[in-house]
Amino acid sequence: MPMNDFTAVVPVIIVVLSACAVMLAEAFRRKHEDMPMGLLAIIGLLGALASSVLLWNRHLVGFGVVSADNFSLFFNVTICVIGLLTVLLSMGPAERDGLPVGEYYALMLFSISGMMLMGSAKDLLVIFLALEIMSLGVYVLTAIKRSSEDSAEAGFKYFVLGAFSSAFFLYGIAFAYATTGTTKLDELGLRIAATALEPNLLLILSLVFLLVGFAFKVAAVPFHMWTPDAYQGAPTLVTGFMSTGVKAAAFAAFVRVFLSTFEPLRGEWVPVVSALAGLTMILGTVVGVAQTSVKRMLAYSSIAHGGYLLVGLVAANAAGKASILFYLVSYALTNLGAFGILSALSSPDRPHDDVRDFAGLGKDRPALAALLTVFLLSLGGFPPTVGFIAKWYIFNAAIQEHMVALAILGVLTSVVSVFFYLRIVVMMYMVDEAAPGHRPALSVPVMIGLFVAVLGVFYLGVMPGQLLSLAANSVASIF
Amino acid sequence: MAGIYFWILAALTVLASLGVVLQRNPMYSVLLLIVSFGALSGLYITLNAPFVAAIQIIIYAGAIMVLFLFVVMLLNVPTEDPPHGYHARLLGGAGPRWFGAVLALVLVGELIYALSHLRATPLPGGNGNTASIYQIGLTLFREYAFAFEVTSVLILLAMVGAVILARKES
Repeated sequence: MPMNDFTAVVPVIIVVLSACAVMLAEAFRRKHEDMPMGLLAIIGLLGALASSVLLWNRHLVGFGVVSADNFSLFFNVTICVIGLLTVLLSMGPAERDGLPVGEYYALMLFSISGMMLMGSAKDLLVIFLALEIMSLGVYVLTAIKRSSEDSAEAGFKYFVLGAFSSAFFLYGIAFAYATTGTTKLDELGLRIAATALEPNLLLILSLVFLLVGFAFKVAAVPFHMWTPDAYQGAPTLVTGFMSTGVKAAAFAAFVRVFLSTFEPLRGEWVPVVSALAGLTMILGTVVGVAQTSVKRMLAYSSIAHGGYLLVGLVAANAAGKASILFYLVSYALTNLGAFGILSALSSPDRPHDDVRDFAGLGKDRPALAALLTVFLLSLGGFPPTVGFIAKWYIFNAAIQEHMVALAILGVLTSVVSVFFYLRIVVMMYMVDEAAPGHRPALSVPVMIGLFVAVLGVFYLGVMPGQLLSLAANSVASIF
Repeated sequence: MAGIYFWILAALTVLASLGVVLQRNPMYSVLLLIVSFGALSGLYITLNAPFVAAIQIIIYAGAIMVLFLFVVMLLNVPTEDPPHGYHARLLGGAGPRWFGAVLALVLVGELIYALSHLRATPLPGGNGNTASIYQIGLTLFREYAFAFEVTSVLILLAMVGAVILARKES
């Protein structure tokens, strides 16, 4: 029995231990000694990935609060892939930007452990602790570029607003506990189902507060205020990591809490979440069009993608639930690829962030320009890439559930968003370089990371069936 | 016997609290506040509320006092200056003092009202044993053992993060 308890949390333990290993390695490092910190992180993440795969279909529960069902394991694997790609893409750019490498990877691993736990926790209290572990790591990562004022400001804003939203989340938990006397999701779900006919005011308050907490973490409008500044100020790869990892973990808990525990109160929250989804898609797209900084543009694009995911959440038939999972994987691969290229191109003397900086990239670096084109087209949702399939499934589920308005809104905003993705492509191929500047060379790990990402984008774009059935299987394990 | 403890602790609390207000050196004020909290927690023990006493020490005398001490140290004010300038007129003049006195009187009135309406019924569960702490310990390390351990990861991360952000740039 106790062994079983530990087996269920092995992936999380591996990541925490590897974070400690990286931290200790940094502490014992001599001043100019080179240590392969990134490699340590990769080993830890591969271990967590392997152990998650081995736990598949075993449905273990650890300590009564951590569930290693297929749903959690799907997210464990997704988050490990996000982590692996981020680490690969950081090896080179992180040293070049003068980030403290040991601390950078240690914080990232801690944050990943929080994300994994958030996807697998079956108790609101543990979800809250996991949320805090994930967020604290990301706050510090945002502000880790000590020489940059923008980075410090971004970290501070993100921290203050994040703490504020955590308080909302905690209030939600407190109200749920006050009405039902438990924080465990299973029991909570049963008691909510028992009283669903006459929903109590405290329970509705709890629902609202939890929704605010989640909406903040997934950057849904009107709780998105922190996003553009935090995404722009953070080191580029940290932005990629935040926009994919934090989103994936937050949606994992969001789906678990709202689609299974608060399912009986569906009638109460579906209109609100639909409105959030609509607003999020519109604002993310419309404001995104007006940006000239590519990082800021991708920040708004990330907000818009959060909106599409919310559509999947309200259209939660079996296909809708699986499509959220598929979308998160697709978005992670695509977005990390795009941010990987951005960070590989920036150098300390030239941030390579304005749209004009991309002029002439097609002649200067044809391969990199082609890759960036693929990632941008996938973000926009063009057919041979995974972005198209992911959006297709989400909107399809919405139409099946007779949410035609949301589906049409989604398609329209996708069409508008193509404008700002294509603007960069046009810049790369059709405008001659205005100010020839030096673009740094790519390191080998970055090439590997980009190759893996683009492979994933095409493979899943052409043959999505396998991943979709895995997603459907894992969603089936919690309902 | 308990009467003696009560009078000693009560006197200590009142004297230390007076000291907090009357000291000119903020560092002494903070330290005296710790004494006052410690004596209060002793009073809680005589009232058979060991859990509240422990929480009083851990949260107030521990965490919050450290926060105060850090603020005093960071501001680095050796002694409180006598008020002067615009703020002195705002905060130190006759009007605000009167206002403070009125507020204090209201508080005293409220306390007298509350105490005179207090009925001496024992609280539920307050039957004079220390079972509550035992129960809390059991719940914490059985039902919430995992959450407890996860909290330690959270604290470790918070510590590391604070050090990373606060250290000098090399």
